[in-house]
Amino acid sequence: MVCEMETDQQIEEMDVEVLSSMWPEDVGGTEPDNQFNVEKPAGDSDTLKEVDIAEKRTMADLKRLPDLLNTTDQGSSQLTNLVKQWEYMQDHAVRLLREELKILTKQREEAEAKELKIIEEHNFETEEPENVPVLDESSDLFRRFKEKKRDKLVGRKRIEIDEEFDTVAYWKQKALSLEKMLEASTERERRLIEKLNESLKTMESHSAPVEELTQNLKRAEGFLHFILQNAPIVMGHQDKDLRYLFIYNKFPTLREHDILGKTDVEIFHGGGVKESEDFKREVLEKGKASKREITFETDLFGSKTFLIYVEPVYNKAREKIGINYMGMEVTDQVRKREKMAKLREDNAVRKAMESELTKTIHITEETMRAKQMLATMSHEIRSPLSGVVGMAEILSTTKLDKEQRQLLNVMISSGDLVLQLINDILDLSKVESGVMKLEATKFRPREVVKHVLQTAAASLKKELTLEGNIADEVPILVVGDVLRIRQILTNLISNAIKFTHQGKVGIKLKVIPKPSFASDNTHKADAEEQNGLAETSVWICCDVYDTGIGIPENALPCLFKKYMQASADHARKYGGTGLGLAICKQLVELMGGQLTVTSQVNLGSTFTFILPYKVAASNDHSDDQDEFSDMVDHQPEPDDSTEGYFQFKPLLGSIYSNGGPVMGNNFLPHKAMLPSPVKLINGNTGQSESVQVENGGYMDDTRLETGSGHCPESAHQYENGNGRCPSKESESCSSSQASSEMESEFTVSSPREDVQTETEVKETSKQPKILLVEDNKINIMVAKSMMKQLGYTFDIANNGVEAITAINSSSYDLVLMDVCMPVLDGLKATRLIRSYEESGNWDAAVEAGVDIKVLENKQMSVRSTNRLPIIAMTANTLSESSEECYANGMDSFISKPVTLQKLKQCLQQYLH
Amino acid sequence: MELVQMQKSLQDYTKSLFLDGVLDSQFLQLQQLQDESNPDFVSQVVTLFFQDSDRILNDLSLSLDQQVVDFKKVDPHVHQLKGSSSSIGAQRVKNACVVFRSFCEQQNVEGCHRCLQQVKQEYYLVKNRLETLFKLEQQIVASGGMIPAMELGF
Repeated sequence: MVCEMETDQQIEEMDVEVLSSMWPEDVGGTEPDNQFNVEKPAGDSDTLKEVDIAEKRTMADLKRLPDLLNTTDQGSSQLTNLVKQWEYMQDHAVRLLREELKILTKQREEAEAKELKIIEEHNFETEEPENVPVLDESSDLFRRFKEKKRDKLVGRKRIEIDEEFDTVAYWKQKALSLEKMLEASTERERRLIEKLNESLKTMESHSAPVEELTQNLKRAEGFLHFILQNAPIVMGHQDKDLRYLFIYNKFPTLREHDILGKTDVEIFHGGGVKESEDFKREVLEKGKASKREITFETDLFGSKTFLIYVEPVYNKAREKIGINYMGMEVTDQVRKREKMAKLREDNAVRKAMESELTKTIHITEETMRAKQMLATMSHEIRSPLSGVVGMAEILSTTKLDKEQRQLLNVMISSGDLVLQLINDILDLSKVESGVMKLEATKFRPREVVKHVLQTAAASLKKELTLEGNIADEVPILVVGDVLRIRQILTNLISNAIKFTHQGKVGIKLKVIPKPSFASDNTHKADAEEQNGLAETSVWICCDVYDTGIGIPENALPCLFKKYMQASADHARKYGGTGLGLAICKQLVELMGGQLTVTSQVNLGSTFTFILPYKVAASNDHSDDQDEFSDMVDHQPEPDDSTEGYFQFKPLLGSIYSNGGPVMGNNFLPHKAMLPSPVKLINGNTGQSESVQVENGGYMDDTRLETGSGHCPESAHQYENGNGRCPSKESESCSSSQASSEMESEFTVSSPREDVQTETEVKETSKQPKILLVEDNKINIMVAKSMMKQLGYTFDIANNGVEAITAINSSSYDLVLMDVCMPVLDGLKATRLIRSYEESGNWDAAVEAGVDIKVLENKQMSVRSTNRLPIIAMTANTLSESSEECYANGMDSFISKPVTLQKLKQCLQQYLH
Repeated sequence: MELVQMQKSLQDYTKSLFLDGVLDSQFLQLQQLQDESNPDFVSQVVTLFFQDSDRILNDLSLSLDQQVVDFKKVDPHVHQLKGSSSSIGAQRVKNACVVFRSFCEQQNVEGCHRCLQQVKQEYYLVKNRLETLFKLEQQIVASGGMIPAMELGF
């Protein structure tokens, strides 16, 4: 057994060297304990016999084991062990046999010595007939030997002596026979020794099967070691109190005596320990093997997860005596599994998000498409609708009886309303798509307020007082997009009027400190400041208040939503598109401001918008003249620019009430109207103003103003009681009423006629020179006829090159330019013309291959300061194309086919 | 035929042209432009349109019959025809031209051939109709009647 222990020791030592997989490396430095720890005193041998895992294992592939042992490092070390052990065993057996042999030899020698002694004695006492008793008494051994001799070796052979007793011959004979006996005995002894040696040899050969069994055992053990030494496995056996009796591959820092005889709870502390103990107990109670994954969180080895297999162990009496326990560390696997699960989860979440996103994108795209569709449709609808309304308007100039006229007026006003709706939609989509560009123009807030109120008053059908109140600190002149601001104000005012049946509606302007929400926009404002538009900015708060029906609180949130009105009832009762406020809000926000509302049902509402403006110096009054869209038509009264309070009392039956939408700029998205009493009074002054503007200004809005508001016919208007107020404002608030009131006697005369009748001879004699650039003969013919009917003539150029030549040699007031033409298209031609205006030479055109006779004519200097209005005529009604027109320096565009209305409108806009 | 009847049938006929979409409101524009100072304006323009279009269609047929179709030549013709037809209100010709141009853009020869047939068909239709219309008008004028003003009510 000694040698067996030794081999064990060796194996253990080797095992420890490689065993490190499960337990942390850093616990090293501990004495390697025996891996097999069998509690010796508690020698419940039954248990071990019964457990006998090794036996089961050896049932495994024994044939393969030698291969494995031979081909692996672990195997060879095992093998060496086995060989050593085998040698030890051999040695041991030989030694044992030798010892036995020695004992036998010794016995034999003793026997011989005794025999000699006996012979001597016998020689002494030969005369003694009876020597046997002596011998018998002297030694037991001798007697035994003697008996043995007699029984086995000598047999029953008696020594026959023929001679007479006690004679010489007798003794001689006896001695001789004894001699012979001795010889025979010696011979037998020799044979015995031979036999002994022989049996020794056979003994040696007989030890082989034992050896084989031992070897098998060793192999099994080796196999177990081979399999288990690196496996992250803990095996143990615990008794029914769950005290460890046996443990394999325990945690390295723990010693045998730390574990054996103790329970888990006594050994470890931390999470999972209790659970595992409970689990073991459960298995023990249920008597059914079971597996479970338990995560331990102990101070000893940190966080590790073990897959634990526990099976109950029974003794032969089928009584539970404990459990076998096997734990495999699966921390990495668990971690991986958890990671996988998490990944899968993440994946799922991501997928969900993705699909959500796709959905959103889809919806957004759909929305965009729908919006685009709406915009396109609106655009497409606008043209034919313009035709319808235009036709109706032309029709209204013919002789009609009263009923027809009334019907027609309804038709016109309805058409106007639809146009307004479409314009609103287009405005909205413009703002939403970011196409809407803001312009910075100098304007007088007081005048804007006044005009908006005047406009509203002009079409007011209710007993309402309109008032404007502008605080003194509001600058006289500010810079902003006056058109949009007017649009907002007008919208709000008309809205207010719509929902107010008595009391008043007003606008209040005051300067406020920079609001908190604006701080984000600081850099934007800075950027604007760098443009040199203005040095300081001011925040103006504008309240539009009324004493109307008010808005219930629950309707406030959706108030600014598109197509939403406070309630369906209201929509029915008051009409409207539901777009007005949405547009206002978007416009205000676009300009960096904020639109809010407060309201009390039955008491009124106040819409407040806060906007930043640049403060413009007001001393350069005369220079600004052409840029004041709101100034142009009437010379302000001395106090007009500083006046802080306006009031328009109900004046039913006065000129205001007679105003109605008439021919005019109904198709312009943002026209302004100025049927102001001031203008009427100061008609002449106004006229001279507008002429000045005509020549000097080129801002779109200016033209809009002058086009529509240029009212040389004002006196005429006044006389006829017809306000020329084709205003967006009046349309949106009460156009139908207003238009139905329209006087039937009113006829629209061409502007040219107006000019001729109303203005000085010097002005009228100046027939505007128009150039039509068009390659299509039919189009030319149609246009010519239209122009003729409108009272204009024009020159014709068939392509861009001809146009440039014409412009170079003559001075024009307006160019109508086809976009798509052979030789040189309208866009390029326009660019070249603009380049000429800027540089004063045709270099760019020459560069582009246009053959120009360079003529220094006297108009050039005039023209170089003025921008020649160029109107595109485009077959494409898509917005890109109009964008392209603007981008190439065109001022406006008429979509083809050209109609009388479009042409008229355009000429009115740009020629006055 | 009685004058009143003739006038009535002219009106009906004109109306049908609009209802069929052969003509659109642009044609009304032309009629609008016709006055005492230019009594034959519409027929003048339309005649010019016929001349122009016959030439264009001829050119187009030739261009498209080439081995290699030069779309740079085809497109301006179509554009021209589209502009003209749009100007006189020959709506269906114009619409066919719009489709034609899209095929030009795609350089689709087969599509262009088909479109040319379509355009021709529409063109002959409007030509036929307008000629009939003028004939009716002439008959009325010859009978000493007035061409009734177009109704704007449809």
